[in-house]
Amino acid sequence: MDWILILSSVAKTLFLIFGVVLPLVSYTVYAERRVSALIQDRMGPNRTNFPISLLGFKKDLQLPLGGLGQPIADAMKFMLKEEFTPGHVKKFYFWLAPCLAMVPALATLAVIPFGSFLFGQKMVVADVNVGILYVFAIASVGVYGIVLAGWASNSKYPFFGSIRSSSQMISYELALGLSAVPILMIFGNLNLSDQIMHQAREGWLLLPFTNVDMAVRGEIAWSQVLTGTELLLWLPIVLSFVVFTISMFAETNRLPFDLPESETELVAGYHTEYSAMKFALFFLGEYAAMITGCSLIVVLFLGGWHLPFLPLNSLEGSTGIWGIILGLIHITIFFAKVSLLLGFFIWVRWTLPRFRYDQLMKLGWLYLFEIALVNIFITAAILAFI
Amino acid sequence: MAYTVRRPNLTFAEKIYLPSIVAGLAITFKHLKNMLAGKTKVVMQYPEEKWDASMPEHYRGAPTLVRDEHGRERCVACQLCEFICPPRAIRIKPDELPAQSKFAKVEKFPLEFDIDMTRCIYCGLCEEVCPEQAIYLKKDYAITGTTRAALMHNKQKLYELGGTMPDLVHKWNPEK
Repeated sequence: MDWILILSSVAKTLFLIFGVVLPLVSYTVYAERRVSALIQDRMGPNRTNFPISLLGFKKDLQLPLGGLGQPIADAMKFMLKEEFTPGHVKKFYFWLAPCLAMVPALATLAVIPFGSFLFGQKMVVADVNVGILYVFAIASVGVYGIVLAGWASNSKYPFFGSIRSSSQMISYELALGLSAVPILMIFGNLNLSDQIMHQAREGWLLLPFTNVDMAVRGEIAWSQVLTGTELLLWLPIVLSFVVFTISMFAETNRLPFDLPESETELVAGYHTEYSAMKFALFFLGEYAAMITGCSLIVVLFLGGWHLPFLPLNSLEGSTGIWGIILGLIHITIFFAKVSLLLGFFIWVRWTLPRFRYDQLMKLGWLYLFEIALVNIFITAAILAFI
Repeated sequence: MAYTVRRPNLTFAEKIYLPSIVAGLAITFKHLKNMLAGKTKVVMQYPEEKWDASMPEHYRGAPTLVRDEHGRERCVACQLCEFICPPRAIRIKPDELPAQSKFAKVEKFPLEFDIDMTRCIYCGLCEEVCPEQAIYLKKDYAITGTTRAALMHNKQKLYELGGTMPDLVHKWNPEK
């Protein structure tokens, strides 16, 4: 039994990290470049050939892929570049920082339920009861990577970048945590997979009518699709969603909150002194954190792997052929939702200009924090009295 | 004297900033949509599309040597282009034509004619100064090479690029 648990966890981790998240990261970077180009009326990277003539072949390999080979080329470039460590840095911490930036982003994925059931297994690496608390705890470790990078670089701009980043992440973590509290009160549960099951039955939090298929099948009465309490709760949920999403932008250092690496003032911010694979680790960590954030939003507000009019899966039924197909479809739905949300992140990035630092702090401490706090009491009142 | 700058009176919608974010998102989405629908005019996609067809007659590309209608190399190795070349990219080694040659009266021909394309500035002075109309700046602008030697255009390469230009100078034509 223990061996099955260990082996299945390893298999799920390998699938999640090497099968989905790392490819998704590299193609998000590509999408970022391509979408930004399209938004700015440019073409973007639309051609990449494989220069196998360097390996002694007669001609380069030309596949009709457009620019889809670009992430592979980027990865090759990062691996082959010179790993340069400047003489003035604190070596140990300088090498430690990129790992600390990458590891928390991947570690938070452990509790994200990325599918329903498959081969008699729950599609989540660690089905723990502290779910979202674990995510917040680990995600805030991510700031150490950035702080260490800035401090170990022993140079002005990285230092500014890391100082900004730490203060920004600490202020927005409050709003992030507090905006999740109403959601947790509605669920009455911290386990992320149970939260998705709840949403599958009662409708997604943000779109409470998505349990309409159950009414069609006659499992619940039509009047239960959109109850009065749900309608009342919808306002605090939307508030929560807005605050949570904005805080997630700040937490993952995305524009309009990318002050830690604002190119125009700080060269590149905390990773100014880094090159090659160490820089790539920061880069990957940033995008992996984005994917974790998007997964969390999908799990909390958008119903996770659930889609209306698609039957639910069960632990016992997931070994049969239909159970396997259904499990795979659920995994696809989950990552499709995450990709859509990543697209939204990219879209916002190329729309909004960067905030000024005092505006950022004011927004975090004077507005989002208060809204999230008041929201808790509104939700509590609705839950208690209606 | 201090000026007091009046702060603009913002409406509530402007203060909460969200409507302008949505408006901005709509604008960028419109650009994205037009681009995907192919409605936006973008710049020329260089290696696939080139502006060769619309290049002006006076375009100054790579300097080349030309032959006349009899296949005679027009250059008489007077070395004027070598002297006028501002970056000194041209090197000519003249030699005498043998007496039994059909064009013996021309007397000289370039044994070697090198143009260093890493130095050439495409000024066109060689073309202007040439009394025999033997050197021309053609329209090739993508002169690339992976070694320095590849960018050293020798006589053979220059005639390859230049080709033939008939009916310009008749004084050397053989008598009928």
